[in-house]
Amino acid sequence: MNNAVLNDTILPLLYMLAAMGFILAIKWLGSPATARRGVIVGEIGMLLAVVGTLLRFEVVNYQWIFVAFFLGTAIGIPIAYIMPMTAVPQRTAFSHACGALASALIGTAEYYKAMNQGPHATTVEMTALIVETLLGFLTFTASLMAFGKLQEVLPQRPITYKGQNFVNLGIFAAAAGIGLALIVSPEQTFLFPIFTALALTFGVLLIIPIGGADMPTVIALLNSYAGLSASAMGFVLNNKMLIVAGALDGSSGFILAIIMCRAMNRSFSNVLFGAFGQLQTSAAQAGDRPYRSAAAEEAAQILESARNVVIIPGYGMAVAQAQHKLREMFDILTKRGVNVEFAIHPVAGRMPGHMNVLLAEADVPYDKLREMDDINPEMPNCDVALIIGANDVVNPMAETDPKSPIAGMPIIQAYKARTVMVIKRSMNPGFAGIDNDLYYMPNTIMLFGDAKAFVSSLVKELGALARA
Amino acid sequence: MGPYEFDLWVFMLAAYLGFQLIRGVSPLLHTPLMSLTNAISAIAVVGAILITGEKDASTLSLILGFSAVLLATLNVVSGYLITDRMLKMFKRREPEKK
Repeated sequence: MNNAVLNDTILPLLYMLAAMGFILAIKWLGSPATARRGVIVGEIGMLLAVVGTLLRFEVVNYQWIFVAFFLGTAIGIPIAYIMPMTAVPQRTAFSHACGALASALIGTAEYYKAMNQGPHATTVEMTALIVETLLGFLTFTASLMAFGKLQEVLPQRPITYKGQNFVNLGIFAAAAGIGLALIVSPEQTFLFPIFTALALTFGVLLIIPIGGADMPTVIALLNSYAGLSASAMGFVLNNKMLIVAGALDGSSGFILAIIMCRAMNRSFSNVLFGAFGQLQTSAAQAGDRPYRSAAAEEAAQILESARNVVIIPGYGMAVAQAQHKLREMFDILTKRGVNVEFAIHPVAGRMPGHMNVLLAEADVPYDKLREMDDINPEMPNCDVALIIGANDVVNPMAETDPKSPIAGMPIIQAYKARTVMVIKRSMNPGFAGIDNDLYYMPNTIMLFGDAKAFVSSLVKELGALARA
Repeated sequence: MGPYEFDLWVFMLAAYLGFQLIRGVSPLLHTPLMSLTNAISAIAVVGAILITGEKDASTLSLILGFSAVLLATLNVVSGYLITDRMLKMFKRREPEKK
């Protein structure tokens, strides 16, 4: 009974080591110094888990498994290396879709297997199975929708209609109701396809009313669901390692979603059911307020004579691909003894932490990337706050105007700097259509132009000043 | 204590551990964190292997299991590689260039 010994003693130990690997992986990812070690230990954990499963005596047919390994690897490697860093949010949404679908398909297979062997699934097994497939299928379509919005093959604007929340909740209630019926009487196999269809539909409808600006929260939340689905699979298979790995993923996504919501001063229900980004199109467009603008030459002189410069990038910077030029400017100023730092708002970018990755890719040292809460107390000492492609995250109306749609949202307090410079195409309000008082302040200078082109001319002017 | 009760305890403790660990992750690294946990949750590959590899698996099981192994492998491979690719970019101040 060599095989049974292997199954009962050694393989569970491999699973336990794998779970430890995952825990250490997240622990070490906590800081940049140890992060890459974290990835390695995570990979080892995954290897142990896969080997530990392949060696189980129930597993006898290997050919399809290895074909799938091969295909998955062959598709996965090019995705990982070719994809540009601006596309990381889409890739993440896509992989949530893959992970959730995998988990849902396994749940489906488990269900039909249990039914073929004579319907004897226990209530506990069925509950776990229904949770697994419900979360799996709805996360699958929801992630595909999120992918479509991020990739801009679907409209970014929220799509709303009357009674939408009612319809959505109705479909979810129907899915949950049929799920419950399946738990009570699993042998009603005709219910399972209906259940699947409802879960898939709900996933689509859930994302339709959510705007592009809310994608960071949505991605984090879907991350959480995909993890919970894997954890539920652990209950079905009575596998502790799956439960642990899924729970880690579930809590991670959940925390990130909370952080994103806090950074926008909004609640989960408001993000999911609030259809943000539609209401403010009528917001007052105080067209004729006076403002000051300047050319690159003047701006370069101000930057050059500053001691502390804080650059506040937003997603517009990434869209314009200005990060590499910005790094050049950073280098010139740093060489001239100017202290240059980057202030990163938690929702800058299209997913949590996205802006940091984009700037790191442009070789900006990470100790110059500062968090909002960390840098705000220092803003009064800042000579120049340079805002590139950001709008709402520096809008002082979030603090001053309780009627503003972004009232209460924590902002980077650029207005406290001695001079504020804003690189912007024109005076048109941004994506959410909210006016920004910052642009009309006496110490604000508007720099009109494309982000990349303007930063390029700043670099040129600064270079000329350096030679003079 | 039945197996399911035991499983619930494991879940509860792992979720708590997750909360504690994630709170310690610098916001600087939230994107790599997400792609790493994404790769970890592809541990679903274990369930997929069990379904696909078992003796006398039905055709339905084979199709579903095969697809699931493929999708999960895709996530494992691209997830770990992308995380590492991103982390390689995070550098401290570079040594002065001439």
